[in-house]
Order: sequence, then structure tokens, then C-alpha cells
Amino acid sequence: MQQAKTIPSPQAERRPGWINRDRITAMLMIAPSILAIAIFVYGFIAWTGFVSLTAWNGILPDYTFVGFENYFDVFNTGRFQTNIRNLLVFTVFFLLTCLVMGLGLAVMVDSVGKGESIFRSIYIFPMSLSFIVTGVAWAWLFTPGNFPEDPTGLNLLFHRMGLDFLQAGWITDASVWPDWRPPGLKTKLLIPLALIPVVVAAVWQMVGFTMAMYLAGLRSIPDEIREAARVDGASEWQVFRKITLPMLQPVTLSAVIILGHISLKIFDLIMTMTGGGPGNNTEIPGVLMYELTFKANKVAQGAAIAMVLLVLVALLIVPYLYYQFKNEVER
Amino acid sequence: MSARALPQPSAASRIRWRKLLQYLVMVAVAIFFLLPVYLLIITSLKSFDQVSLSRMWDLPQGISFESFARAWEVMGQSFVNSVMLVIPATVISCLLGSLNGYVLSKWRFPGSEVLFSLILFGMFIPYQSVLVPLVTTLRTMNLYGSIPGLVLVHVVYGIPITTLIFRNYYAGVPTEMVEAGKIDGADFFGIYRHIIFPLSIPGFVVVAIWQFTSIWNEFLFGLIITNAPEKRPVTVALQNLSGSQYTQWNVQMAGALMVALPTLLVYIFLGRYFLKGLLAGSVKG
Repeated sequence: MQQAKTIPSPQAERRPGWINRDRITAMLMIAPSILAIAIFVYGFIAWTGFVSLTAWNGILPDYTFVGFENYFDVFNTGRFQTNIRNLLVFTVFFLLTCLVMGLGLAVMVDSVGKGESIFRSIYIFPMSLSFIVTGVAWAWLFTPGNFPEDPTGLNLLFHRMGLDFLQAGWITDASVWPDWRPPGLKTKLLIPLALIPVVVAAVWQMVGFTMAMYLAGLRSIPDEIREAARVDGASEWQVFRKITLPMLQPVTLSAVIILGHISLKIFDLIMTMTGGGPGNNTEIPGVLMYELTFKANKVAQGAAIAMVLLVLVALLIVPYLYYQFKNEVER
Repeated sequence: MSARALPQPSAASRIRWRKLLQYLVMVAVAIFFLLPVYLLIITSLKSFDQVSLSRMWDLPQGISFESFARAWEVMGQSFVNSVMLVIPATVISCLLGSLNGYVLSKWRFPGSEVLFSLILFGMFIPYQSVLVPLVTTLRTMNLYGSIPGLVLVHVVYGIPITTLIFRNYYAGVPTEMVEAGKIDGADFFGIYRHIIFPLSIPGFVVVAIWQFTSIWNEFLFGLIITNAPEKRPVTVALQNLSGSQYTQWNVQMAGALMVALPTLLVYIFLGRYFLKGLLAGSVKG
């Protein structure tokens, strides 16, 4: 490359000021993506928000402004209250199980030595599958059959192993524990038993991801720190409690955000495993929005539910993005 | 093992017991993970006359591909649709993401960081909040119910993650290399072609795998944007098959395996890159 000769002319052309041809090219190149996001994300959200304030609850669009009526209507139904209950119960169980089990598996995989990569691959592979595949497989496992005499799926397996007491109605069990209806609510609290199998399937799919995050976190902790504590006479448990766990806190935060938002958005798995049933015992707002909008033509009510869902996700994500973004600028 | 690690027999045996316990727990968890796979495989290899609920856990007597043949009859077209969908969508996603990542890491402008955050938010939204406008818009664009329509949707909503992965990847390319390119007189595209792109192959692999996997596995857009059965992607077809009270479990399981196979193969052969994409989506570098 003949540097000396090529330097002066293009440089002189490009240097002056902040704006130059390359920068303009760069901005032009990213413009289509920004435009697409502006329309398909922000424009459409605004559009949905607008629809949620209209009377469009029939086949034809009706843009009569009705304020927050759809929100009140939706929140006043037992069905939506049940949906919110299911979503919260699902999220709590799913998050806690993924975090505890993910961390446990990460610690074990990290220290196991022989067979590490096999175990790791087995724990992570469900991540590569579709929730639909997971749903089809686990729905069958959790199909109870006429138990206890004529069980299928896991019930049959338990029966064969002599563990009959483990048999249950699984995804067909319509009961709610502890079956308590608080005054003012149109739904029973607290835990719909049919949701448990769905949590199991979701954990099966996502715990490997949690483990991978923790594993990456564990590997980034310098050995010297832990070694130093051991030399000072700390037990393995103390090392874990006082050093490893605190240093994994950022990972836990990320995992909570990512898993939390996945959990709020869960849709495919419910559709495949239970379709929301029995009753509405496993239905969540994402499914209800689909049913109302595309099956019942209650478009505005569906839009209201979509907006509620969006706000829930945004409450989780926006502070996280803001925090990440701020850190990056400071760096 | 050094002498220090074995101070006394009791401690050594305690360590050995702990190790054994650890293996036991890990194997138990591994069985939990492999249980559905075992069931999928043995059931799908059974012939119709062998499918009995009381023997669902038993190995098949002889291997039969009847259920795969039937599943292909029902879902073959959808499988082809998904292939036609995932290939262009992945390729376009990769190119767009690479370009965006290049701009946002090496050609930052005032406000580009804020823009990046705004783009990023798009990857977390529940898609329910855009479905109605999306359907309306695709209808006016004459793309509703078509595979090009689905490609467009996946490319657009894939922008955040692909941009994120490439931006973080390019952040690792020393700025001096770009500066050197400028001094050599290379312009925006020259630097991309001669410096950035040749270094991008691992980035492309990660993004391609990520997009391939998520588009192949995607369900909601497929469900909403296609109405005709012959245009459905394969996940929607599988959900339909399982939802239609199809009591022939072997066909369902064969269908599930068919849907699982492409992404599973990617995972088996390119797992390392798959994992990178997985973590890139969560940990901003």
C-alpha cells in the first residue's frame, strides 16, 4: 500500500468538521433499520395503545374513543384476574426453580471434572428446541390417563416403579390450592395445580440457559480469590457463601431480567400443553389476548391486555437497559 | 493428587463420597432431561399396531418409520415452508445486523448510543402488543399470509438481537485497525470489506445460528400471519397436529422429532456458537 501518496487528499477531504462523507454513509446505512424499528416497534405499540382506547370490539374497526373502558372491563372479569394470578404464580415458580437449579447445576458442572462437557450438553440441549416440541412431549408425559388403575405418561412410570403416591391429575387437575377466594376478587387464590406441569416443562427448557449464565459467571471469578480465602481457613461453604455468591450477583440480576421477561411472554408452551385449560386454570394474558383479538373479535380488549403485558415487561426491562446503558457510557 | 489434599483418610473418603453424591445428582438430573427424548424416539419408531398406552414406556419391537411417513404427509409442506422462510430471513438478518453493528461500534455519532438502546428494547417487547397493527399493515402491503411477509417480520424483529451481537463483536476489533484503514484511504465500505468483514466470520456464525434457531422455533408470528394451512410454518403445523385430538401418539412424536431435528443438529455440531448467541442475548459486553 502506498500510504504516503494516498494520505493527503482523501484525509483532507474528510477531516474538516464532524460531518464527512463516511459518517453520512454510516448514518444512511443504519437508517432503514432505525426506520423499521420506529414503525414496527414504536409505531405499532402506539397504534395498539390507541386501539385499546377505542370501541373496536366487533368485526369491523370502530375508532370511537372510550377512554380506559376496555381496561376496566377486562380487569373486572374473573377470567383476566385468573390470568394474572396464573402469570404471577408461573413467574415466581419458574424464576425461583431456574435460579436455584441453574446455580446448583453450574456449581456441579464447574467442579465435576470428568464428563463435564457431556453433562453440560445434556442440560443445555432443550434450549435449542421449540417450545412447541417441548409442549408436545411434556403434554404427553403429563397426560394422567385413568389413574391409578390405568395410568399413562409419568403416572404409568410411577406406577411401574411402585411410586403410586406420586400419581396426579397433572394438566387435567382443575383444583386450586388453597382454594381461597378473597373478598373483592373474582378468582380463587393461590396455586392452580395444572400450572405445575407447565412450570416443569418450562424449567426443563430454560434451566440450561440459567446454568450457562452462572457457569460463565463462575469461570470469570479468579481462582486466586477463592484460594486466598481457603488459605485463610474458610470452609468450602463459607467460600461459596461469602465470595462466590456475591460475585455472581450481576449474573443473577441478568438471569432474573431475562427469565422474568420470557416468563411474562410465555405463550407457545401454554398453547401446546394445555390451551389454557382446564377451565382457565393455566391461561395467561398472552393467550387471552390471542383468544379475544383473533377468535372473539374483541380487538380493543385484546389490545388493552397487550398493553398491560407490555407495561409489565417494560417495568422489568427499561430500568435494566437504562442501567446497562449508563454503565457503558461511564466506562 | 498431592499429599496436601489427603491430610487424613477420613477427609479423603468424605471427598470421595461427596464426589459420588455429586455424580448421582447430576446423573439423576440428566435422566430428567433425557426422559422426554427417550419417549419421543421410542414412540415415533413404533408402528401403528404397536402404539398402546399401557406399553408407552417399552422399547419398540422392531423399527418402523410408518409414523414418520404419516407425519410427513401432514406436515411435509409446512416443513418446506419453514425452510423457505428461515433461509432468506437468516441471511438478510445477518447482513443487516452486521452493517448495523459496524455503524454502531465503529461509526458512532451523537445519539447513536441512545438509538441503540431504543433498538434493543424491540427485542424484549411482547409481540402481542404489535400484532393487530402488524396484520393490518401486512394486509395493505399485500404480504399477509405469505412467506415473504413472514420473512419481513422475522427480519425486522430480528434487528435488535443481530445488531446487539455484531455490535459487541465488533467492539472487540481494535479501533486502530479502522483508523489505519482510513489513513490508507479506505472509505466506509472499503473498511467494511477489507477489515471488518474478513474478521466477522465467527460473528456471522453466531448470529446465523441464533436467527436460524429462533425463526425455526417461532410460533406466534407463524400462527397470526398465516391463515392458509398450506402456508403454515412447521411449529404451527405441529401444534395443530397435537391439538386436533390426534390419538396416534406415534405420529405426534414423529412430528415433534421432525421439528426438533434441524435445530438439534445445529446444536450438536455447532453448540459452542449456539451458546455464545444465547449468552450474548443476555449479557451486554
